[in-house]
Amino acid sequence: MAHDASSTLVTTATSETRLSRGILTAVALGFVLLFLLLPLATVFIEAFRKGPAEFFAALRDPETFSAIRLTLLVAGIAVPLNLVFGVAAAWAIAKFEFKGKAFLTTLIDLPFSVSPVISGLVFVLLFSSQSMLGPLLQSYDIQILFAVPGLVLATVFVTFPFVARELIPLMQEQGTADEEAALSLGATGWQTFWHVTLPNIKWGLLYGVLLCNARAMGEFGAVSVVSGHIRGQTNTMPLQVEILYNEYNFVAAFAVAALLALLALVTLVLKTALELRYSDEIAASRRH
Amino acid sequence: MSSNRLAGIAKLALVVGSLQLGLVGLAHADTTILNVSYDPTRELYKEFNAAFAEKWRADTGETVTIQTSHGGSGKQARSVIDGLEADVVTLALEADIDAIARESGKIPADWKTRLDNNSSPYTSTIVFLVRKGNPKGIKDWGDLVREDVQVITPNPKTSGGARWNFLAAWAWARAANNGDDTKAQEYVTQLFKHVPVLDTGARGATTTFVQRGLGDVLLAWENEAYLSLEELGPDNFDIVTPSISIKAEPPVALVDGNVERKGTRKVAEAYLDYLYSDAGQKIAAKHYYRPFKPEAADPEDTARFKELKLVTINDFGGWKEAQPKFFGDGGIFDQIYRPGQ
Amino acid sequence: MIAMAARTSTRWRFRQPSVIPGFGLALGVTLAWLTIIVLVPLSGLLWRSSSLGWSKFAELALDERTVNALTISFGTAFIAAVVNLVFGVLLAWVLVRYRFPGKRVIDAMVDLPFALPTAVAGIALTTLYAPNGWIGSLLAPLGIKVAFTPAGIVVALIFVGLPFVVRTVQPIMEEIDKEVEEAAATLGATRFQTISRVLLPGLLPAGLTGFALAFARGVGEYGSVIFIAGNLPYVSEIAPLLIVIRLEEFNYPAATAIAGVMLLLSFLMLLVINVIQAWSRRRYGYGA
Repeated sequence: MAHDASSTLVTTATSETRLSRGILTAVALGFVLLFLLLPLATVFIEAFRKGPAEFFAALRDPETFSAIRLTLLVAGIAVPLNLVFGVAAAWAIAKFEFKGKAFLTTLIDLPFSVSPVISGLVFVLLFSSQSMLGPLLQSYDIQILFAVPGLVLATVFVTFPFVARELIPLMQEQGTADEEAALSLGATGWQTFWHVTLPNIKWGLLYGVLLCNARAMGEFGAVSVVSGHIRGQTNTMPLQVEILYNEYNFVAAFAVAALLALLALVTLVLKTALELRYSDEIAASRRH
Repeated sequence: MSSNRLAGIAKLALVVGSLQLGLVGLAHADTTILNVSYDPTRELYKEFNAAFAEKWRADTGETVTIQTSHGGSGKQARSVIDGLEADVVTLALEADIDAIARESGKIPADWKTRLDNNSSPYTSTIVFLVRKGNPKGIKDWGDLVREDVQVITPNPKTSGGARWNFLAAWAWARAANNGDDTKAQEYVTQLFKHVPVLDTGARGATTTFVQRGLGDVLLAWENEAYLSLEELGPDNFDIVTPSISIKAEPPVALVDGNVERKGTRKVAEAYLDYLYSDAGQKIAAKHYYRPFKPEAADPEDTARFKELKLVTINDFGGWKEAQPKFFGDGGIFDQIYRPGQ
Repeated sequence: MIAMAARTSTRWRFRQPSVIPGFGLALGVTLAWLTIIVLVPLSGLLWRSSSLGWSKFAELALDERTVNALTISFGTAFIAAVVNLVFGVLLAWVLVRYRFPGKRVIDAMVDLPFALPTAVAGIALTTLYAPNGWIGSLLAPLGIKVAFTPAGIVVALIFVGLPFVVRTVQPIMEEIDKEVEEAAATLGATRFQTISRVLLPGLLPAGLTGFALAFARGVGEYGSVIFIAGNLPYVSEIAPLLIVIRLEEFNYPAATAIAGVMLLLSFLMLLVINVIQAWSRRRYGYGA
């Protein structure tokens, strides 16, 4: 009896009552439902509103198909570029001490805080026919705006920090002892990187690539400014969603949106799986 | 083991990467031309392009692919000025093609005289789209400023159709007040107080009205209004033709600077000429554009166009005068448009 | 880091000596890429802004519609960030402390806004909150309009900002020592006092960082907002959209000026976030 009373006392002192726990959980879950789950569900419900046949017909449209190809192409170029950059930046920042390091890290984060529209605008200002570079590019017949290079540049800009951001805290935490050991045993710099560093960071790296890819495929504002919206040519999937939506073609718009949402879900599943299995490696970067 | 596993990941990444690139492949036809157009012409050019490609193949044996880009007319002109490689432009307004000619020099200043009918192969006008049964009893422009009426129109600064809307409203008010432009400005000022949403393009405005259920009346291109009936069911909307409206002349032009460089002049010229052919006129009428040559069109299609009194842009002194006066920076629209006041 | 470097080196040195190779290469790649992708385009924008001249820049930036758009962007982003701070902390608490079925799924779903393309979120939220949508039709009889009003912008920004708060607060919450709460309870604090006087102050820096990140992201957000906002000048027109509209009107100077203002403000935000983190490291021993 006395034991019971004291344990109730302790639970109410360091935890909430069952009632308030229930209320808090309900409020939090209601919030998630209203702002996260319902929008997601809407995408799939609207996509299949007229049945699966309409859904698949919408995806077979040649313009939609070319939007899918273009999105894969742009992400296929932008992500590897930022992967190489991210590894190089993390190597320089995490393994060495030098002046201005904090400033460099801040600069790398910069694209996170710039509006996507501005990310697109800067390239329009740089490469449009009205700019200084414009006539030069035109005389060499180089098309950057309203073509794949412009889309890639804008995408690289907005996804710039993703890989570096994951790797820097992870590599900082791991320190340099492993590399120093390998070097003292006679390994070359590249050997050390391939056989010691890379295996240490591979899951964190994959995690960063995953997030980078999701953003690259889903970017809207920046690519919208540089795309020119040529049907079947410079419309990525998110832009195609907008176009179809503006054409009363709601089923098709939500069909493409559903494909993107599926990509998001796959990203989340892989991400969660990585977090669960390799929590030690990734925890470092999650806490940044 | 970890480097083995690493190799596995690297391989997987390579496979995924090459799959992505492989899918991209090559899908280019022999010749490609780009038609940069405005919002409501999507359906028109979808059909027209297919017809032209077939005609071109029959005539020359060559395959031509026609790409199109759609958006607010002003925005589209901006893209062409910035370097979008249009072979032809088919926009909503003369002023937008003038802007391309002026800013980029890729179109000669006298472009308007190069094709028949001021380079407008088809015309249209502005009508009202209302909810089924016309519950608010909207019959003419005067009803739009009633207390209980909300009007949907896009932004005249970015949308060509919206500029026609603006001028049509002005024309009515001017006629109703015996030619008094001050009264006309008062009316249009009132009218824009009844506009709850200002989309950048005609298509966005239609979506707002049709899909989002906002507003009691949509000021729309005649072709866009009929298309809405066709796409979304005649049991939802009615078209109201006002007593007076404006003859909207959407012009087309060859972008000389681009076709010279790309070597596509011949096919691009043929493309524009085909708009004026009997076949082209027929397609335009089918998509609710008033054809330049009505005799070429299906009588059934032309019978759908109601007779109404139409003013033209010349009643406003032509676009060269009207554009800066009404829609330029600090122009009348900028002065009168202050929502929430 | 810098403080440590300063202590250990007696004379000025760009970097600390290290046996690890590849500093030159890694830093070279990093700086080159950073310059090409981020610094040159952004300084191009700043240069274009400054070439307007101060009085012209001020005139464009202080234009009534511009000021309104900036006020709307910052105002709605602020409200959304406040909502996210409250519900984000609550959600993080529920996820860390309570057990309920489907917890892992909910935890993973918190990252949905990171992975879901903003355009998809935009059309889904609009469909839900429009007067004829599931949620909108429930609110309409109450006279509450969400879509096509500033409230719609707030809804979209709550969506995009939620994970920032949850993910910065959550790891800190996981590390809270239970003994602190027990100590407070032993000293006679009620549960409410323990939470409000002991736990929440400790979460303050993390919460503020998450708030600032969500706020910064919200200010620049474009894709999800344009579908739901109604885009009414002076009422529900956000600054990034005004940039796009100015571009569409051939008004490059105005677009550049607005972008310049936003860019300066986002530098400021970045600075504030760094200051909060530095302060929290000193005061609480962790950098959120």
